[in-house]
Amino acid sequence: METIIIFLVGILTAVAIYLLLSKSLIRVILGTAILSHAVHLLILAMGGLKEGTVPLLGEEAESYVDALPQALILTAIVISFAVTAFILVLAYRAYQELGTDDLDEMRGVNDE
Amino acid sequence: MKINDVILKTVSQAGVLIILTFGVYLFLSGHNQPGGGFIGGLVLATAFVLMFLTFDSETVNKAIPFDFKKISALGVLLAFSSSALPMFFGQPFMSQTFGYFDLPIFGKTELATVTLFESGVALTVIGVVVNIITSISEDE
Amino acid sequence: MNNIILLPVLIPVMVGILLIFLRSYGRTQAWFSIFTMAATAGISYYLLEKVQSDGIQRLDFGGWAPPFGISFVADSFSLLLVLTASIVTFVCLMYALFSTNKLLQTMYYYPSVLFLIAGVNGSFLTGDLFNLFVCFEVMLLSSYVLLTLGGAKRQLREAIKYVVINIVSSWFFLVALAYLYGAVGTLNMAHLSVRVAEAGQGPLLTTISIVFMIVFSLKAGLLLYFWLPGSYSTPPVVTSALFGALLTKVGIYALFRVFSLIFNQQPEITHAIIGVMAGLTLIGGSIGAIAYNDIRKIAAYNVVIAVGFILVGLAISTPNAIEGAIYYLIHDMVVKALLFLLVGTVIALTGTAQLHQMSGLMKNYPLLGWSFFITMLSLAGVPPLSGFIGKVLVSEGAIESGAYILLALSLLSSLFVLYSLLRIFKNSFWGETIVGKEDQVPLNSRFLVPCLVLVLLTFGIGLGTEGLSAYVTDAAETLLNPDIYVDAVLEGARP
Repeated sequence: METIIIFLVGILTAVAIYLLLSKSLIRVILGTAILSHAVHLLILAMGGLKEGTVPLLGEEAESYVDALPQALILTAIVISFAVTAFILVLAYRAYQELGTDDLDEMRGVNDE
Repeated sequence: MKINDVILKTVSQAGVLIILTFGVYLFLSGHNQPGGGFIGGLVLATAFVLMFLTFDSETVNKAIPFDFKKISALGVLLAFSSSALPMFFGQPFMSQTFGYFDLPIFGKTELATVTLFESGVALTVIGVVVNIITSISEDE
Repeated sequence: MNNIILLPVLIPVMVGILLIFLRSYGRTQAWFSIFTMAATAGISYYLLEKVQSDGIQRLDFGGWAPPFGISFVADSFSLLLVLTASIVTFVCLMYALFSTNKLLQTMYYYPSVLFLIAGVNGSFLTGDLFNLFVCFEVMLLSSYVLLTLGGAKRQLREAIKYVVINIVSSWFFLVALAYLYGAVGTLNMAHLSVRVAEAGQGPLLTTISIVFMIVFSLKAGLLLYFWLPGSYSTPPVVTSALFGALLTKVGIYALFRVFSLIFNQQPEITHAIIGVMAGLTLIGGSIGAIAYNDIRKIAAYNVVIAVGFILVGLAISTPNAIEGAIYYLIHDMVVKALLFLLVGTVIALTGTAQLHQMSGLMKNYPLLGWSFFITMLSLAGVPPLSGFIGKVLVSEGAIESGAYILLALSLLSSLFVLYSLLRIFKNSFWGETIVGKEDQVPLNSRFLVPCLVLVLLTFGIGLGTEGLSAYVTDAAETLLNPDIYVDAVLEGARP
């Protein structure tokens, strides 16, 4: 199971990097979103999969899964949610101000 | 832009109520079961977003006269001050306590201070999500 | 348990939230923030004294003992940086009080600054590697907001690059955390130190440490500084002063902490890489500093040079070098803020950032000119100013350990710093006065006071090195003997 997840992480990362390298700003943002999902899966896989039940009171199981990676992922999700939201708004503002979403055209001009 | 979609309006009037109930359920069940402030807050926020989608923002703002920026600030304030409160009793930051009380209708109920923190989280999430959605969609 | 450790983070956050409710009262917000930073500085000084008398202080959140819960750990190194950061922010806010316009003030400028300083202080104080990530993100999110406030075209453009680069580097941070957790099963720094020492730092752990190095180098601007000059030279003056003084220092702090406490087993690989990167940073920064005519770019490249210099200290890692690096870190926070404030004032007065369009400002604004002169000397490391002692100690360390190339590069870079700033001084302050006494823009003394405070501070650090030395020696000792830190956190009961 871990192996499959790791492959999935690899594929997601590849997709994300392809998107990050494109010129369109919205694709770059989608790339960052996928990138963070890839690493969340990686953290999950690192905690070990399929050992025991959910770490909740009253389950009375012999073994529980490690709860820490899940807590880490929740925190990371919240943060990436906030950052993605911010960059979406920023991209929209930039598109309004600069009139383009092409990163090539956004490159610095010296005479400013 | 005025939308006048009768089906959407009728469905969402019922839908919003169901979503709100579900959000509160998730929020409360988070103490010992899957759920909690963040998830509950997200679900509650979707109800508001649905309202913003169905009716135009003026109508919703008239019905819910809150500044969602302030709601999220209030949430953070609540979360941090409830975490800081134990410091005045000589306990470490973020300490929690709980007790059992006999309430009139509910009978013996467990009340925990962590719920204060969680409601702060929920308020923050609601405020932030609604804020983002409205600030992206505001000007055409 | 000592709840006071939390206050340098908690107070700015709480006041920041309160200020959101006071949105329309710009001045009130400013006074509130200034008062907050003064209080934070006072508390961190108190803590610093407490650490000297009672040893390292610790706070376990919610009473969960380490390594299970999140802890804040305050040792001399952290507290020295917290104290300096608070003082520098205090002075920058004094400058902001009169320089930021009404529009900016009502756009949550002060809450953002306070959240930024909370993130910075949190990063210095935390004892948990994942919590370090969270504090980094708090700091970065506020810095995104500060960078975009005002919304000029150029700012938005640079902000997009800055945000995307930081998202990618945060991604690397998470990847490194995931692998580290998978490898040793803990994220508490002290516990990590024990576990890594037990397991021996094999190739896997060294590789993970190099991923961490990439992350922190991106934040610190160590070799991976390509994003820095652009984004530090676009925002308003106070913002770039805060960025130049604080943001890269957090990356440097993380490098020092992680590579002295956790990954200290294979210095021949990790510290050697840091050494090479520091050397290249010195070269690149020096070239950048003399290549531009935009004075803000020159100032930004001076930040890069300082980063290289401080990390030379970490690469060498002898007691002298570490002490020197700490002295220089403190000095640099103060003087970089001063440099950016002065450069910003010059731009505000002349209306241009181009070197060749200004001349003879010395006649118009003598006090400003001499402040700049002192800043220049301090950055170049002339005694009795604050840069001197750091440079001497790092050089001594380099000679002891035979790192002659790094020694040569760091001394040469001082010359480049001097030359790049002399260019500004010669072009803009010296020379023919082109603006007559009648036409000159009056310099508001309220802009000058914060700068003069920082000038006094650089004199103070330079002359009062003796008084500072007890704290710095203690900080260096803790960095060089991780056992002190580990014992304080795990309290002898090593799991």
